[in-house]
Order: sequence, then structure tokens, then C-alpha cells
Amino acid sequence: MLTKRIIPCLDVKDNRVVKGIKFLNLRDAGDPVELGARYSDEGADELVFLDITATIRSRKTIIELVEKVAENVFIPFTVGGGIQTVEQMDTILRSGADKVSINTAAVEKPKLLTEAAQRFGSQCVVLAIDARRLQEQQDRWNVYVKAGSGPTEIDVVEWAVKAEKLGAGEILLTSMDADGTNTGYDNELNKAVSRAVNIPVIASGGAGKPEHLYDAIVDGGADAVLMASITHFGNYTIRQMKEYLAGRGIPVRC
Amino acid sequence: MIVVIDYNVGNIKSVCNACRHTAFEVKLSREPKAIEGAVGLVLPGVAAFGYAVNALGALSKLIKEVALSSKPLLGICVGFQMLFNQSSEYGRHKGLGLVKGNVVSIPSGRTIPHMGWNLVKLPADMDLFSGLGKEEHFYFAHSFYADVTDCQARIAYTDYGFDMPASVQKANIYGVQFHPEKSGKAGLKILQNFAEICRRTNDRC
Repeated sequence: MLTKRIIPCLDVKDNRVVKGIKFLNLRDAGDPVELGARYSDEGADELVFLDITATIRSRKTIIELVEKVAENVFIPFTVGGGIQTVEQMDTILRSGADKVSINTAAVEKPKLLTEAAQRFGSQCVVLAIDARRLQEQQDRWNVYVKAGSGPTEIDVVEWAVKAEKLGAGEILLTSMDADGTNTGYDNELNKAVSRAVNIPVIASGGAGKPEHLYDAIVDGGADAVLMASITHFGNYTIRQMKEYLAGRGIPVRC
Repeated sequence: MIVVIDYNVGNIKSVCNACRHTAFEVKLSREPKAIEGAVGLVLPGVAAFGYAVNALGALSKLIKEVALSSKPLLGICVGFQMLFNQSSEYGRHKGLGLVKGNVVSIPSGRTIPHMGWNLVKLPADMDLFSGLGKEEHFYFAHSFYADVTDCQARIAYTDYGFDMPASVQKANIYGVQFHPEKSGKAGLKILQNFAEICRRTNDRC
């Protein structure tokens, strides 16, 4: 049986890890190379690195940073942020990433998911979805692109189902409403998506205590839980979170 | 020197990083001379099977020759899958045929890809696992698996609703479906063990 995965996320801007609230008000959280090595050592199951500036100008710097982080990370390492082509994915993978995460480019050109899956295998292709709950219809969510700044009319569940067919191997599902609030994941969102697809769903946005991780796995049906501020700012160690989950009967890698 | 075969597929660097971290030197190369002169070969791979086989191209013949000359070969993930006869991932593709079996899709009815950390039962008679105990978690990321039919191969299994081969050993041919370079300390130990196997084999020659 697969264990449930605990995944710290490094949001990177200007070579530093930052963390905001609902994608805004960024706060410094440390050096990505140090944090990556620390999480790999401490028993994190995976690491996600998101270049949140994602400008073409910074692309070369990001590649160099990915290379440095990868030198000390011996757990799976996903890199995302502004990736638009299969060639860029290849460069990222060759820099030491194991998976690439795409968001805006997949919405603009869904065929990219298929091209990527055929070239690298779908296990390499993570579709990131930034979701925001509709005000008027509480059980529906729309897809946002461009790091949360670009609303679309696309329904999150429909997009997830379509993306699976196109070749996505995993869905990194971030609730923009819950992001950085530390009040728990949006488990209605997680449940709606995890029920609709067969590929793994990573719940993201809102983790504040180990109980939230449990809820995302049990109520939300998530295969993995992603977190940032809860571990970056030293509230909980990876081990504490795993011990909590194991104590409540969730299979984890110890 | 152990040579990691460079054939333009993803994550090769991860393998090199992990090998270097365990303090043995590897060289990333696709030069026939380097491959022939190596004490052992690592065939990594993050790619779809067909893409990987095409990218390997003419090198596949050389790798096969070198492997049959009793030099240790370690296939990882798609590199592991390529050890077998054929795969049905996005069409039908021929593998190296060093171990009998076919690469087929994981049966439906469970989450696919099989992605994450799964427990592998480690047979005591498989050299790659020496020093690791009876079972250990390793990181997997794949949608196809090797249905091994080779009676000369020793097999380690993981449970994914059925006994799924996670590793094989047939004489000097080693393969792991999971990613040792991404499996934390236990994975690094496997790479170290492989380096040790290469060293021992080389001393004998």
C-alpha cells in the first residue's frame, strides 16, 4: 500500500523562499538550498519548488538554483512556475527535477499535457490548479491562472478530469481561499476533485496543524498533502506531523 | 569508474547527484569507449518507454554486449523496464531482452500512476539490498510494470493490490522499478551497494 505523502513547498522569489497569504503579502522564509536539504534529511516525502515570479528573464537563474537545490535533495523534487514548452520541461528535468508542474500553459494549450506525457511519461507531469470558490455557487470552483491573477471561466473539476485524459499524472490542487490562512484545507474542493479523477491529488493551501493533514487525507481523499508556512516557520517538524498521522492510522513512511 | 548512460532523458542528474553523495565517482557519458571501459553501468530513465528506447538508439546494442560480458548493469525505472523483452506503453516497443518478461500497464481499479512511497519486501539473497533489513519504503513513479517471467531472475515485490515486481536480479543484471536516487537514505544505500558490487566484480577480473 502506498503511504500518504507529506510535501513541503518552496515558493521561490528572487532566490529566496517566501510565503504569503492567499497569494499576497509575501514573507521571507529562508534559503531554498538549505531548506531543501533540511526537508530531504528530516523525512519529507517529496519537495515542490515553485518559481512564483516565473519571468523569462529570471529563467537562467532559476535553473542554476534548481541545480543547487537538487544536489542535496534525495527525495522526489517537482519544479514549476512559468513553464511553457516541452523543451523547457526537458531543461528543468535535466537540471535535477523529477517532475514538472504546469498551470497557465496547460490551460492555454491543453495539448502540452499530452506532449509532455508522451515524452517524459505521465508520472513526470503535474498539473497545478489554483482554485477559487465561486461566491454565488458554493460547491463550485473556477480555475485561476498566472499565479492567481488570471481568473478563467473553467470549472476546476471538469478541468481536472480533462487533464487526466490528456496525460497529467498528478494534480496539485491549491485552494486560493485557504492558502496561507492556516485554518485547514478546502476539503470539499479536495473531495470533489479526488472523486472525479484516478490520478493522485495533492491537497494544498491552508495547513496550520497536523489535524488539517489528517482531514485532507480522510475527508478530502487526498493522496498527498502540501504545506509551507506550517513547516517553514518552525511550528511543526515533518516528524511531528508524521507521528500524528501514524497515530491516527494513516500509513506514512517513517 | 561507473558510467551513468547519458541518453537525453530526464533526471539523469539526480542519479549522478545521489551517487556522488554516497562518495563514489560516476561519469555521465554516451561514448562507446567510456561504456566499454566502465566497471559498471547505470541505465537511468525518466521518459516514456518508446521515447527512451529511441533515444538510446545504437547504444542499446553496446549496452547489451557489455551486460552479457558480465559487467554489472543497474537499470532504474524506465531503465529497469528496458531490461525486458517489450513494452506496450504508447504502442509496442522492443526492449533489451536481458531479462524475460513484458512491460504492461498496471491493472485499473487503483490509482495510476503508482506514485509515492511503497513498502518493498527485501529478499535476503538479493545483493542490492544488503544491510537494509527485511522491508523498506522506496519511491515509485510509474504507470507500467514489468511482468517478469524469467525463472533465472530473483524478484523483490511491492504490494499494489497485487504483487508487483519492484526489483530483479539476474546474474550481473540488476534493476529497480523505484528510484533509489529519490528514496532517501535507503535508496542511497542501494546505490552504494551497487558500487560495491561493481568494485568486487572488477577485482575478480
